[in-house]
Amino acid sequence: MRYLPLTPADRAEMLGVIGAATIDDLFVDVPPAARKADLFDLPLHAGEMEVERELSALAARNRPAGAGPFFCGAGAYKHHVPATVDHIIQRSEFLTSYTPYQPEIAQGTLQVLFEFQTQVAALTGLDVANASMYDGSTACAEAVMMAQRVTRRKKAVLSGGLHPHYAAVTQTIAHAEGMDITRQAVAIDAEAAVLSAIDAQTACVVVQTPNVFGVVTDVSKIAEAAHAAGALLIVVTTEAVSYGLLKSPGEMGADIAVGEGQSIGVGLNYGGPYVGLFAAREKFVRQMPGRLCGETVDADGARGFVLTLSTREQHIRREKATSNICTNSGLCALAFTIHMTLLGERGLRELAALNHSRARELREALAAVPGVEILSPRFFNEFAIRVPGKATEVVEALLADGVVAGVPFSRLDPKAGMDDVLLVAATETTTRDDIAAFAKALKGRTA
Amino acid sequence: MAMSNIGRPTQPQAAGASSVHTSLTGARGLLQDEALIFEMDGWDKTGVDFDLPALDASDLGDLVRTAPIGLPGLSEPEAMRHFVRLSQKNHAIDLALYPLGSCTMKHNPRLNEKMARLAGFGDLHPMSPQSTTQGALELMDRLAHWLKTLTGMPAVALSPKAGAHGELCGLLAIKAAHEAKGQGHRRTVLVPTSAHGTNPATAAFVGYDVAEIAQTADGRVDLADLEGKLSPDVAAIMVTNPNTCGLFERDIIEIARLTHAAGAYFYCDGANFNAIVGRVRPGDLGVDAMHINLHKTFSTPHGGGGPGAGPVVLSAALAAYAPTPWVVSAGEGFKLVEEAEDEAAATFGRMVAFHGQMGMFVRAYAYMLSHGADGLRQVAEDAVLNANYIKAKLSPVMTPAFPDGPCMHEALFDDSWLEGTGVTTLDFAKAMIDEGFHPMTMYFPLVVHGAMLIEPTETESKQELDRFCNALTLLAQAAKAGDVERFTGAPYLAPMRRLDETLAARKPRLTWRPEPTTVAPAPMAAE
Repeated sequence: MRYLPLTPADRAEMLGVIGAATIDDLFVDVPPAARKADLFDLPLHAGEMEVERELSALAARNRPAGAGPFFCGAGAYKHHVPATVDHIIQRSEFLTSYTPYQPEIAQGTLQVLFEFQTQVAALTGLDVANASMYDGSTACAEAVMMAQRVTRRKKAVLSGGLHPHYAAVTQTIAHAEGMDITRQAVAIDAEAAVLSAIDAQTACVVVQTPNVFGVVTDVSKIAEAAHAAGALLIVVTTEAVSYGLLKSPGEMGADIAVGEGQSIGVGLNYGGPYVGLFAAREKFVRQMPGRLCGETVDADGARGFVLTLSTREQHIRREKATSNICTNSGLCALAFTIHMTLLGERGLRELAALNHSRARELREALAAVPGVEILSPRFFNEFAIRVPGKATEVVEALLADGVVAGVPFSRLDPKAGMDDVLLVAATETTTRDDIAAFAKALKGRTA
Repeated sequence: MAMSNIGRPTQPQAAGASSVHTSLTGARGLLQDEALIFEMDGWDKTGVDFDLPALDASDLGDLVRTAPIGLPGLSEPEAMRHFVRLSQKNHAIDLALYPLGSCTMKHNPRLNEKMARLAGFGDLHPMSPQSTTQGALELMDRLAHWLKTLTGMPAVALSPKAGAHGELCGLLAIKAAHEAKGQGHRRTVLVPTSAHGTNPATAAFVGYDVAEIAQTADGRVDLADLEGKLSPDVAAIMVTNPNTCGLFERDIIEIARLTHAAGAYFYCDGANFNAIVGRVRPGDLGVDAMHINLHKTFSTPHGGGGPGAGPVVLSAALAAYAPTPWVVSAGEGFKLVEEAEDEAAATFGRMVAFHGQMGMFVRAYAYMLSHGADGLRQVAEDAVLNANYIKAKLSPVMTPAFPDGPCMHEALFDDSWLEGTGVTTLDFAKAMIDEGFHPMTMYFPLVVHGAMLIEPTETESKQELDRFCNALTLLAQAAKAGDVERFTGAPYLAPMRRLDETLAARKPRLTWRPEPTTVAPAPMAAE
């Protein structure tokens, strides 16, 4: 077998060195009742060609986002990733290394994490960022748990514009720890409705901008109200490209900013792996979850980087850790850092401008379709529309025209009573022909 | 074109070589001293080209960012050089044996990378209509079938994103099951002292109290202690098997029986599944839930700290509480069950946005197909053989923590053989770096003094194992011979000398700033 270097002669010789007669002698501690003598009922080994054939056949039964006009977003966005990114992340030294526990031989990974943390802190307008979380949704849940530790309060208020999956993940995880999670009624443009729910028991309010309907909100007033009540403001962003055009969460008073970094460098991957962004004000750093990379010096006085403040973490603090997270999303953080470095501030601003412009063009085209109503008043690159009939049916119908029209909101939250709401996104990859094809197909199906 | 030899010395002596040498610039040959991207004056540079339309952000008003972000850019050649130079400061499994116990650093087949990058997987949107993702759903269904068959368990939750996330999934399912049975008052999770830190951290994360189970002198769960602690207050036990001492829990079936008799569930930490895959099914041991690190047993790359994937297999008692979403076959095709209704009415909820680590599912499935039922069994056998070989080869110079009987996939040594040498486990590990090897897992498990946990995995050749054992033998002899500075000053030959971790923690500098920060973080709140 091509992945196993030992030869039968090696195995025999090694058993001799060990002093065992057969390999079974090394499994003597397994209770006899649990020893499986026969092979399991699964196919036998296969060569590279056969495996490639089988997986290619499965892949061919999916429609990639790049196959034609495509308008899905809702927390995952189709962006162009420069070829350089994928080349670098496949270098053996990055791809096949472990968490940098031995900093003397892991400076590559560590310096990248330090650069990543600095980029994320700059983008979110906050002081410190960690070395990544699994994804945006788990980062959101962790932020709520962190707010509980900081404030020693149990109540969290989630806005109605928070991505329903993020709300569900937060409810699942934070509820298990005994937090009281209130999710407000789903509404397209009502982040400010959280104001009425803030009280002296509130640990945090969670608002999303741009929200799941793409709506952009100035959360400064919410920050003021939260702080006046001794609560923290957590700002969620699922489209990292928007940081290039919009005011940062930190500028608007956020205490913790979490985000999904998938848009930068990572790709769609049918939902994962992605990379969770997590940033906070410096005074809360010791309550942060996850790995932190920090600067130090070596025995010769040279600058280097190490994982630090690990007394927050599970491998040291065990049941008193700030989180149970261990493996996070290192390689995706690397991809994010490379792509963000290629963009730079100038490129990111241009990319964000391009996304916004394409989305405005899409809005104009769809607004001209009879029976379609634009629901999101202010947006970045995604907005909600009302379609005649069920959004799921419109999407299925438009597939026949070769257009993937967007994400029916009912798929994210069937109980919201928004069966006619469709989320549509445009990015730099969306062409004018794509937009024209969408508008034409929608007109044909809704007429 | 070959370089001409005429007129230049071709032997090192003739060029005046010496063993100690300093460069004029501080550089060390091809190993570059690489600045941070923030120090390269790239504030107006970019490595991407866009065809930019005029920006009209009129309906965003003062929501538009005006202040600088503070992000440097680099042209493509500069960026390539920066990251390639950094990469050369990393050790990697592709360079040499990487014996981190409990981490399973095995070869990562590149076929799997290629398959995950097929457009039908890599460029597939999670919310694309399900009629356009049938191949992906079928792959998830097949992966689930392999995982269920290999573990002998009836159900699997694919969505957890890493091992610790899988532990969370298992405990949430257990909590939901207890609540459904009116047993929600159970507050305690029992964890052996030798457990991974994630076990107690996860139990606490879910709101459970943690109590420790003692260990016997031969490195296993102390049955009498367990029996004494299995009260009606216990919700679950979390036991790693093979355990973190690299030993199979001989009494595992009895452990499960006692646990179930007390009305508790058995969570198995599956981090060490690599040692038994294809030979032992956790379902035959009485396990109720177990996560499988696809980035360990099934070879998806560790990537410098993730992404991983931690699917959780579940017993019939827990299956109904699995997190959404999951895949079911529906007529001719497959569909995702995404909401807590109908067949998913008892689910404890959702753990992630979307459906889990699909990129890792593709890689793991490609690996399973490559090995097949026969290859996977050989994986376990060779992993165990390699670990026992190392144990046998190093026992003359080091002290195995549990000398009697075979180990499983990792060999555990204590530091009693270093006593009186002035060399610690940490020093020894750092000296391994100078010999070209990544250190083993150190000071874990906590139950063994100065622990050194060596896991070679099945993808090492006998030649590499011999090279490794030879290096450690020479080091052990040097330590015992009083060559202390070789250890206390190590590493000497790595890209960096030993780093000051205390300084890093005392004055945290977590981001680059133009001026040194003087703001100290608030002290940690009292526990």
